[in-house]
Amino acid sequence: MRDMSPWREPVPPDGTMGEPRARGRFGEYGGRYAPESLVEACREVDEAFREAWADPGFRGALARLLAVHAGRPTPLTPARRLSEALGVQLYLKREDLTHTGSHKINNVLGQALLATRMGRRRLIAETGAGQHGVATATAAALLGLEATVFMGERDIERQALNVFRMRMLGAEVVPVTTGSRTLKDATSEAMRHWVGATGDSHYCIGSVVGPDPYPWMVREFQRIIGDEARAQCAAELRTGVPDYVVACVGGGSNAAGTFAGFADTPARLVGVEAEGGAGAARGRLGVLHGCRSLFLQDDDGQITQAHSIAAGLDYPGVGPEHAHLRDLGRARYVTVTDDEAVGAAVRLARTEGIVPALESAHALAWVISAAGGGDLPAGSTVLMTLSGRGDKDVSTLKELL
Amino acid sequence: MTNHTLAAGTVERRLRAHRDAGRGLLMPYITGGITSGWTDYLRAFAAAGADAIEVGLPFSDPTLDGVTIQQAGETALARGASTRRILTDLSGMPDLGVPLVISTYYNLVLHDGPEEFCAALRRAGVDGLIVPDLPVHEADELTDVAAAAGIELVLLASPATPQPRLAEISCRSRGFVYAVSLMGTTGERAALAASAAELTERIRRVSDRPVLLGFGISTPEQAREARRHADGVVVGAAVMRRVLDGDGPDDLRAFLATLRQALDQECDRPR
Repeated sequence: MRDMSPWREPVPPDGTMGEPRARGRFGEYGGRYAPESLVEACREVDEAFREAWADPGFRGALARLLAVHAGRPTPLTPARRLSEALGVQLYLKREDLTHTGSHKINNVLGQALLATRMGRRRLIAETGAGQHGVATATAAALLGLEATVFMGERDIERQALNVFRMRMLGAEVVPVTTGSRTLKDATSEAMRHWVGATGDSHYCIGSVVGPDPYPWMVREFQRIIGDEARAQCAAELRTGVPDYVVACVGGGSNAAGTFAGFADTPARLVGVEAEGGAGAARGRLGVLHGCRSLFLQDDDGQITQAHSIAAGLDYPGVGPEHAHLRDLGRARYVTVTDDEAVGAAVRLARTEGIVPALESAHALAWVISAAGGGDLPAGSTVLMTLSGRGDKDVSTLKELL
Repeated sequence: MTNHTLAAGTVERRLRAHRDAGRGLLMPYITGGITSGWTDYLRAFAAAGADAIEVGLPFSDPTLDGVTIQQAGETALARGASTRRILTDLSGMPDLGVPLVISTYYNLVLHDGPEEFCAALRRAGVDGLIVPDLPVHEADELTDVAAAAGIELVLLASPATPQPRLAEISCRSRGFVYAVSLMGTTGERAALAASAAELTERIRRVSDRPVLLGFGISTPEQAREARRHADGVVVGAAVMRRVLDGDGPDDLRAFLATLRQALDQECDRPR
């Protein structure tokens, strides 16, 4: 491994992924570094979320949407042939089987339902690969909301199919032509747009980033991944709890949701980043898009562009709670290369009949390379979140294989 | 009020003195490092009658700026502009007799660390600092450090700010209160937003600190209108559009002179 932050044992008391401390803090990270014009809007989202999350009516309505529209619960699939080859017991949490094909729908249905509760008529979103954009467009259509999705011009070229899907679902897709014309610029543009639209619009952030309460709220909407997996592991595994819990990390929403289900167990948590987008493994303290966390920066403090074959990992930072879990040693963050991820995707396709998203393939690549060594001893039980399906990456893979 | 004046730094003392003399306050903005001889613009601003000058340190991800300032920042960064180079350029200038206020995003402050950053500003002859993504509830880390370094940390107020919070912002802001005229990003607009008058009025109720209106003020007419409510204006995008279009320091001096004139005409406004 090129980069690996250490674990600390036993589980540190602050590492159990509860509510953030005062002022939205996870350790020294998080906070609400928003322009004054957005501070009140963030406070309103925070108040509405706290109220909704404590309301069984809201929880019930969301659970029903997740069941009848998104297809939850998702199965836990034992990867039998791959497990045999690797010498570990690998189980896959199948977020790729949700409606729209990735875990993004969990968060979006929660936020869209919250937006309607707040009387908002429109969702604003940023998207990189387009998965969060498609999920937002889907939830908006389902709940009768409008959707405006900001997407970098370069990503629009790379992800034409998802752009078409969003438009077919009735969303407005706004090309972002500034900066590097990718996810971080789309996020900046969505925030600028929200400043002028706080009265009728909700900003539906797609990952565990952004100003408080977003990192916490998005993790709570995603924790269904971890909660389901915890119960499924309890029923399936002899040990009840897996030895290792592994997920890919861009901003880190599927990892946060997965880890949340196991934070209070002895399971070792592993976040796998792209070599070119390793905010947790290699970022420096900074503030971007409303939160204090770890970001890739140059020597002058300018945010640098991330590079990954997986557009969903193409973000130069990491959610504040991951930065905190890293500092605590509760979770460990490692990196894998584009080539390793592509190799893992092919291997999963041929051993288990599943074509994973290239993002999820990063998590698998770590399992494959670490299995049998000191970081992942032979015989271990591993739960890995397969965050999305690979259909969107087929054209990228076609050029490489 | 006397206490404020006694405790006030260079920016606030200057702005209060000019205001009390009946003068409409003008703070033009320039993105640092935008051209090779960019400090010539500062001289032109001073000559045109600026009461303070705002110098932006370009940041890769300017989330509160509209297209003009974004473009200016990208241009400056592509030219190799950085905090260090811009402050070096400022250090090399003779005293303009006009207070300098740096504006930038918080990442650049954190990158050097608040203490080192403020010390570097001070060494470069800078008097004030504006950080648009550092709202008052997150500002503790910087306020005392800035004060100790002799840097006046200016806080922003928005039309969305509730009244109790507005009182806190006005109280803790140094130099002046930066009143964001509208719910939007920086950039030129066709007319002064109606929210500008209401916000200024709400700040007046809780503070006698100078109030400058910024965001969307780009013409003499808008400056005159703004002056009816506030003590003066910040003009950014209208300046930077001209600079990006190739206007030199003399052109900007002529443009700012029209704003100066408009502000002077409105000096006996109702309070």
